[in-house]
Amino acid sequence: MTGALVALDVARLFATLLALTTDSALAAVTALQSTPFDAVLQSSPLDTVLAPLYWILDVWSGAVGWVAEQTGLQVLEYGFMHRAILVGLCIGVMAPLIGTFLVHRQLALIGDALAHTAFAGVAVGLFLNAVIDLGVTPYLTAVVVAMIAALCIELISEVTDAYNDVSMAIVLSTGFALGTTLISVNAGGLTVSVDQYLFGNLSTVTSQSAAVLLVLFAIIVTVVAVTRNQLLYVTFDETAAEVSGIPVDWYNRIVVMLTAMVVVGAMQIMGVILVAAMLVVPVAGASQVARSFDEALLVSVVLAELAVLVGIGVSYYAGATAGGVVVLVAVAIYVVAVAVGKLQTVLGEEGTPEMGSIDVDDAETPSD
Amino acid sequence: MSPDDAASVAGSRATGTTTDANVDGATESVIEVSNVDFGYTATPVVEDISVSIDRGEYVAVVGPNGSGKSTLMKLMLGLLEPDTGSVRLFGEPADRFDDGERIGYVAQHASSSKEMPITVREVVKMGRFPHVGFGRLVADDWEIVDRALETVGMSAFADRRVTQLSGGQRQRAFIARALAGEADLLVLDEPTVGVDAESVEAFYDLLESLNDEGITVLLIEHDLSAVTQHADRVVCLDGEVYFDGPTDEFVDSDALVRTFGTAATAVGESR
Repeated sequence: MTGALVALDVARLFATLLALTTDSALAAVTALQSTPFDAVLQSSPLDTVLAPLYWILDVWSGAVGWVAEQTGLQVLEYGFMHRAILVGLCIGVMAPLIGTFLVHRQLALIGDALAHTAFAGVAVGLFLNAVIDLGVTPYLTAVVVAMIAALCIELISEVTDAYNDVSMAIVLSTGFALGTTLISVNAGGLTVSVDQYLFGNLSTVTSQSAAVLLVLFAIIVTVVAVTRNQLLYVTFDETAAEVSGIPVDWYNRIVVMLTAMVVVGAMQIMGVILVAAMLVVPVAGASQVARSFDEALLVSVVLAELAVLVGIGVSYYAGATAGGVVVLVAVAIYVVAVAVGKLQTVLGEEGTPEMGSIDVDDAETPSD
Repeated sequence: MSPDDAASVAGSRATGTTTDANVDGATESVIEVSNVDFGYTATPVVEDISVSIDRGEYVAVVGPNGSGKSTLMKLMLGLLEPDTGSVRLFGEPADRFDDGERIGYVAQHASSSKEMPITVREVVKMGRFPHVGFGRLVADDWEIVDRALETVGMSAFADRRVTQLSGGQRQRAFIARALAGEADLLVLDEPTVGVDAESVEAFYDLLESLNDEGITVLLIEHDLSAVTQHADRVVCLDGEVYFDGPTDEFVDSDALVRTFGTAATAVGESR
């Protein structure tokens, strides 16, 4: 990738290592403690709106509990795991769904930039909760801030006529700087660790944030289902799409907004730092083995689900941070996909079919 | 809706637009460029261009590299906005024109994503998108897609990944996409770059037969011999219009020498 972003990534890697060594509270340990957030957040006015979704969560929880009883799998016994698995499954669908429309336009890093601005959104949410006792999950403020940032990136690129890695790097660092500043200013009143937002955490997926995620999931899947033709055309050939009357700028705006939603939704488990991987890695794997676009979409979702489920399971039993394990599993799957892809080309060396001649008489036109 | 119905609807729509154009006092111009100046920076790329292309014409725009051919095409399609002057497409200002199903567009080098997993049939399918909007492609649409594939001789490649095709095959796929759109106006920007010689000949025959059936063809072309053999009318461009008229007159005129230099005269004389 480009120089500006590589420098950032290296710096971030060191920050990550530093934070990991000091972070003695592993996911599995915190997992066994009850989560106090639920009790606090249940009183929020948002909860009345989300009430039907809590019902869905209850039904889901019951179903998974039943599976746990039948199979005796310890991992499925806890309430927080029920929510984490549901969130993971949703991420496994929506991240590659949006990622497909980003990766093939060389926009893979936009997810990273948005994740960092979402971190600023989390800081704003924590700040508001501490100061005016808003009682809203910080993920909601993260959605709002990330979507505004997404729109800004898109508008900048429309004015300058290019997705510019420098401007993306600036947005990325601004978001992260704003987040750390807000949190440090507010540190006296805050007991909440930001680790869960940076690295993700299975055990802190509250009912409220799971419900918010379900809303995001529904929006994303619906919008992609409705506009799939236009998104495909714009992704594949922007100029031809514009000639054919598709308002390309509007679809670009829609894609970055949806990206912001996915990023925030996936942040709960993946964390700010690793969330972009879910947008990119399964899609990259799928494009190695798939032939058609529809097939690629399907395969990328399957690969992502596999990574999420295996990753959550392994991280639970190994007592590791879920986000990291999920990404490692996804990358392992990607490597396998590359190998399979190569094998396909070698084995499937399809004979070249006879190219037909251009058939002048058969030319069909609107007037025939 | 059967293809015949679709055709008649398209026909009646076309007539409707013509009537509107006449009401506006305009001619039957598909593209109307008047006194257009445009430059990406302060230096103009094209200057004082006035060209009008009527329904059913077969027009080639020629000119040396950097003569503003592609810029003029982008202006005509409304992808760029002129600094001064006006461009009208089917009677509407080009930059606000959004009836995309009337235009088929084949780009110079497929500007499309190179690594994307997508089959030839899925590319041709995109030609139907302006017709179906948010809906699904119905059986009739798929029939048109398959017929377009057959027309360009790519049926056997329908399920191949576009990334595995040769330049010529890929260009055929994009032409099929333009055909599947059933457009009134075909705009082609050096469509035969990288296409094998025998396909090029067949391709120009195809354009001619499409033109015979009433489709307006606008060809941006670098290959002069192709132009002089096939187009009815030539617009010779080098920043400004050097020649605009029937192909025969273009071959005899001095516009060729003035824009391309002496090297190009051989093409004219060989005819």
